Amino acid sequence: MQQRVHFFWKFVVYSMLLIGVILFIFPFIYMILTSFLQGAYTLPRPHEVLSAKPSLDNYKEVWNNHNFARYFMNSMLVAGVAMFGSLFIGSLSAYAFARFEFPFKELLFRIFLFTLMIPLVLAIVPQFTVINSLGLVNTYLGLWLIYIGGGVVGTTFFLRGFFETIPKDLEESIIIDGGGNWRIYWNIYLPLSKPALGTMAIFAFSGTWDEYFVALSIIKEESLRTLPIGLMMFQGQYASNWSLVFAASLIAILPVIILYIIFQKKFVQGGQTDGALKG
Amino acid sequence: MPQLKEEAPTTSLMPNKPTKEQKRKNFKKGLNQWKEVLPFLILGLIGTGVFVIYPLFKGVVMSFQDYSPFPGAENPWVGFDNYLRAFEDRKFSYAVRNTVLAIVVTVPIVWFLGIFFASLINLTFVKFKITFRTLYYLPIITSWIVIAFLFQYLFASGEYGFINYLFYTKLGIFNEPIGWFQNQWTALVVIWLFHIWKTVGWAVIVYLAALQGIPKNLYEAAEIDGASAIDSFRFITIPMVVPITIFVIIHLIMGAFNIFPQVYFLTGGGPMNQTEVIQTMIYTEAFQHMNFGYSSALGVMMGIAIFLVTWTQQKKIGKQNYY
Repeated sequence: MQQRVHFFWKFVVYSMLLIGVILFIFPFIYMILTSFLQGAYTLPRPHEVLSAKPSLDNYKEVWNNHNFARYFMNSMLVAGVAMFGSLFIGSLSAYAFARFEFPFKELLFRIFLFTLMIPLVLAIVPQFTVINSLGLVNTYLGLWLIYIGGGVVGTTFFLRGFFETIPKDLEESIIIDGGGNWRIYWNIYLPLSKPALGTMAIFAFSGTWDEYFVALSIIKEESLRTLPIGLMMFQGQYASNWSLVFAASLIAILPVIILYIIFQKKFVQGGQTDGALKG
Repeated sequence: MPQLKEEAPTTSLMPNKPTKEQKRKNFKKGLNQWKEVLPFLILGLIGTGVFVIYPLFKGVVMSFQDYSPFPGAENPWVGFDNYLRAFEDRKFSYAVRNTVLAIVVTVPIVWFLGIFFASLINLTFVKFKITFRTLYYLPIITSWIVIAFLFQYLFASGEYGFINYLFYTKLGIFNEPIGWFQNQWTALVVIWLFHIWKTVGWAVIVYLAALQGIPKNLYEAAEIDGASAIDSFRFITIPMVVPITIFVIIHLIMGAFNIFPQVYFLTGGGPMNQTEVIQTMIYTEAFQHMNFGYSSALGVMMGIAIFLVTWTQQKKIGKQNYY
C-alpha cells in the first residue's frame, strides 16, 4: 500500500500549483473582465474591472461595426486551407522519407533539417520577391504558397517519426488486393497516424491563424486582411479603448483555444493515476 | 508496385569489386528508386526549394549587395560593407546585448519553473493533472499580439495599470507607480516576464511527458530497497530526465535567441532602440528603413551564430513552433 502523504505537504504542493494557475490564468480573466466594460476611453481602474458585469455589447460592436466578422472569415479561410495543404504535402513527404529508400535520402533530410534552424525573418524579403514575380501579391494563393511551402519541412520532420513506427506487414493486405503505393499511403499510413496528424493539424492551424509578418507583406487590401493584421490596425486606432480591443482580441484567440481544449486529451498517454511513487 | 528492398537478387550475384556494369546497375537502381518516390516527394521539394532554400541563398547574396527590391534596380556589390556597418551601429550593440540578456535571464528561470511545476503535477496524490496541464499551456497557444496587448495593459503606467495598482496602491512595495515602458531596464523586465510567462507551459508539458515515461517499476524497486522519496528523485528521476533536459535547454536557448514578437509587439524596440533585439532589427531595417542588404547581413550573422550554438545538437532538434 501507498504511504499516506502528510496533509501539510499536500497543502504546500496544491498551494504552489494554484499560485502557478493564478499567474498563468489571471491575466486572461482580467482581459475578459475588461472586455465587459462600457465606454472605457481611458485606462479602466482596476476596481472597476474587477467588478465588471458580463455583457456582450463590445463583442457585438467589434463584430458588426469594425469588420471583425470579415477578418474572422478571412482568417478561417487562410488558416483552414493552409492547414489541409500542409498536412497533405507534409504527409506525402514524410511517407516518402519513411517508407522508401533512394539515393541521397539522408543528405536531403539533413538539408531539410538545417533550414529549421534558421530564423524565418531572413526569408521574408526573398519570399516576397518570389510571390511578386508570380504576380500573386495581394492574393491568398500567394499567402498559402508561403505558408504551405515554408511549413513542409516541419511537418515532414514531425510525421516521419510516426510513419516509421507503422509495421510493414500491414501493407500485405493492400498488395494482395493489387493496390500500390498510393493505396498504402491513403489506407494504411494516414488512418494509423490520426493522433499525429491531429496534433500537426492544430500546430499548422494555430501557426497560420496567428501569423502576422508574412501576411502583412503579402496582403495589401483592407477587405482581405486577416485577424492579426486587423487587430494591430484596430489597436492602433482605438489604443485607449481597451474594452473594444480586448473584445476583438478574445474573438481572435477563441477558435485556437477551443480547438486545443477539444483535442488536448489526445495529446496525453497514460500515467495519470497508476504507479506507487511516494509523495 | 511496392519494392522489396534488401532482397533484390542482383546483389548476391555481384563480385566484390564495383565494376562498370555494377555501377551502371546501381545508378539504374537509384534512378528507379527516385522514379518511385518522386510523386510523393516532388511537392515538398518544390515548396521547400522555392520558399525556404532559395530565399535563404538569396538572403546571403543580398547581404553583399546594396539591394533594392524595386524592379530595374542595379543592386551593386558592396563586399562586406553591410557586415562592417553593424559594428559601428549603436542599435546593433543594443540588439546583441538584449538578445544575450534574454537568453541569460530567461533560460534558467523557464527551465527551473518547467521542471518544478511538472514535478509537482506528476506527484501521485495530485488530482486534476490534465486540468493543470491545460491551464499552464494556455499562454502558449494564445496569439503573440493579444498577449502583447495584455502585457501593455497590465503594465500600463500610472496608478491604474494593474501591476502598479497591485504593488503600489495595494501592497505598497513600489514607492511610486512605475512607467514600465519609459525606461529601458523596466521595459526589458516586462519583455523577459512576457517571454517567461509564455514559454513556461511548454517546458512543463515536455517534462511532464518525460516524467510520465519513467518506468514505474524503477520507483517500486527503489521503495522495496528502502529508498526515500528524495533518494528516488536524486537517483532515478534526475538521471532519467538528463537527455530531455539537454533538449529542453537547447530549445529554450533557441527560443530566447529568436526573441522577436515579444519585443516587436510590446515595445517596438523603444525607448530609443534600447530594447531592440537582433530579429526586430532585421525586420525593421528591411521593412521600415528599406535597408535590405544590411538587414540580410544581420540575418546571416545570426544564422551563423545559431548554427554554432546548436551544431552539436543538430540531429536531435526538431523545432516544433511553440509560439
